[in-house]
Amino acid sequence: MTTVEMRQVETAKPGRPWRATPRERAFAIGNFIAAFLLAFVLVKFTGLNGKLGWVFGFFFSYISISFVAEYVRSGKPAAQDSLLTSVSRFAVFIAIIPIASILGTVISKGWRGLHWGLFTQDMSQATVNDPITNGGMLAAIVGTFIMVGLALVFTLPISILTALYLTEIRGKFSGAIRFLVQAMSGVPSIVAGLFILSSIVYPVTQQYSGLMGALALSILMIPTVARTAEEVLLLIPNELREAGLALGATQWRTVAMVVVPAVKSGLVTAIILGVARVIGETAPLLLVSGGGDATNFNPVSGPMGSIPYYVWKSFLLGGTEESSQRTWAGLLVLLIWVMLLFAIARYISSRTKKG
Amino acid sequence: MDDNQNLGQEDSQSKPGEEKKEMKTSTTPRSLADVASNRSIKEPGTNPLGSGLEARGVHAWFGSKHALKDVTLDFAAGTVTSLIGPSGCGKSTFLRTLNRMHEFIPTAALAGEVLLGGKDIYASGTDVTKIRLRIGMVFQKPNPFPSMTIGQNVLSGLKLAQIKAPNTDDLLEECLERAGLWSEVKDRLNEHASALSGGQQQRLCIARSLAVRPEVLLMDEPCSALDPGSTFRIEETISHLAKTMTIVIVTHNMQQAARVSDYSAFLLSDGGPGELIESAPTSELFSRPRDKRTEDYVTGRFG
Repeated sequence: MTTVEMRQVETAKPGRPWRATPRERAFAIGNFIAAFLLAFVLVKFTGLNGKLGWVFGFFFSYISISFVAEYVRSGKPAAQDSLLTSVSRFAVFIAIIPIASILGTVISKGWRGLHWGLFTQDMSQATVNDPITNGGMLAAIVGTFIMVGLALVFTLPISILTALYLTEIRGKFSGAIRFLVQAMSGVPSIVAGLFILSSIVYPVTQQYSGLMGALALSILMIPTVARTAEEVLLLIPNELREAGLALGATQWRTVAMVVVPAVKSGLVTAIILGVARVIGETAPLLLVSGGGDATNFNPVSGPMGSIPYYVWKSFLLGGTEESSQRTWAGLLVLLIWVMLLFAIARYISSRTKKG
Repeated sequence: MDDNQNLGQEDSQSKPGEEKKEMKTSTTPRSLADVASNRSIKEPGTNPLGSGLEARGVHAWFGSKHALKDVTLDFAAGTVTSLIGPSGCGKSTFLRTLNRMHEFIPTAALAGEVLLGGKDIYASGTDVTKIRLRIGMVFQKPNPFPSMTIGQNVLSGLKLAQIKAPNTDDLLEECLERAGLWSEVKDRLNEHASALSGGQQQRLCIARSLAVRPEVLLMDEPCSALDPGSTFRIEETISHLAKTMTIVIVTHNMQQAARVSDYSAFLLSDGGPGELIESAPTSELFSRPRDKRTEDYVTGRFG
């Protein structure tokens, strides 16, 4: 008995019987080659030409050939299935093109402009057409840091409390406020800038400053953070709130000790998404924070630079090889920041799901 | 102080524990009435500790829907009462009116009185958080707080209600012990509650509600999401707890009602609001129901 069992154990190999057989794989590759040939014919003998012609020609041929082949081999339902698969594959391909293209261009054109002086010098002693080693982004980086940081300080309590009002208090005005917050997230950023300009800068302070920039960014950030926070709070099962209340806690104790800790990482994600939303904003900052070339640490007085402003100015006032290199390097620094923030947000939210 | 007395009583009253062993070893199938009559019925008022609960003409509505009609029912101190009836008969709604959880549903409305120690918990000026401290609740789905460890979960009630306790280590052990979970978790109090099985989580929730020392414990189908082994452990826990507090349990499982409760109440809705059809000592309700509808239900002819 035991020997037989042992032999069985030895001969059992982990396999994946549901995987495609060599024959099925050959069939798929055959489809692919046939589609390629058809695309070649289309590009050669019809009006289609260029890269785009190849892409669409191949798409059209692949969809029709795999549909027909699948129809002949396995019938209509399987053919419909394969049609949907190939169409959605193509849609993904189309969606990725611009993103990959932006990333590729910015990295390939920007990395040559990166140098240490970028982070230690500002543009007060240099013009955009100077050699790239002359001057740097210090003013822009400091300005972006201060303004986004201040915006975060203003946004955080307002948006989290708004989300709590919508999900926990569920007051009489919840519906109207939810609608307003949603509408606010569609406000064009230049409107936020003009609002601060006309309501505070012109009538009250009468000068550009980083604080005004931070206020304009807050207007854009609040709806993003509030909506994301609301969505995470809605995921908390009601049983958890009831458990807290049934233990004799007041509503605010329950919210502070049970609900908020349970979504802590979701709220962090909401905040990071809010920061990522505004870190690249250009228009409102041009209007209210002015554009500083000198490093300015004081948010209440004097114009303050920002990374988007640096990019904008290098592009607009330039026209030389140097200024173009400056523009791409600025874009790359900004892009790295945004990608870093999204990566952190993703990491935090994935850690929650596991834990 | 009170609890020390309770613990002393537990030691002297060893009889229910023996019964449990008897039940477990018996292999012959028995009728519900047999199971129920095997329990020694606790007379009302035999336990001087804690307060009884009295529902007086309780009605409940959700919006314009009349969900519960004129329920008058006494829960004597130190007894276990089970509420039985088919789905939608209003037993959970009724249970939630007993510690004012009903009012969290936005469209909810209520009429009638619920007396705890003779005082209406719905009287104006009543501090509702104090009421819920005295009347604890265990829910259908285990709902430990995910952000807290096992130990923090047990003591969370104290923090939530801002109660100062002198020796939380002792309290922690006592509550877990009473909930029948101590031996399983004593070495992993710092782990997160999500590491526990469903049955353990439910007993953790029981331990959590015990930490604020309620006089009454309401249980809303506490075993419906659990396997038979966990169910058995929780029933043991209930029998144990009944020596020191008043328990009201909603259950769909009539075997369970027969096993754990001294008194049973049958609720039924014939399309309209749920009504109390009959309440009696459990053995009586299962062996000699007065109402035809109760008999049909407990013998499994409908519902």
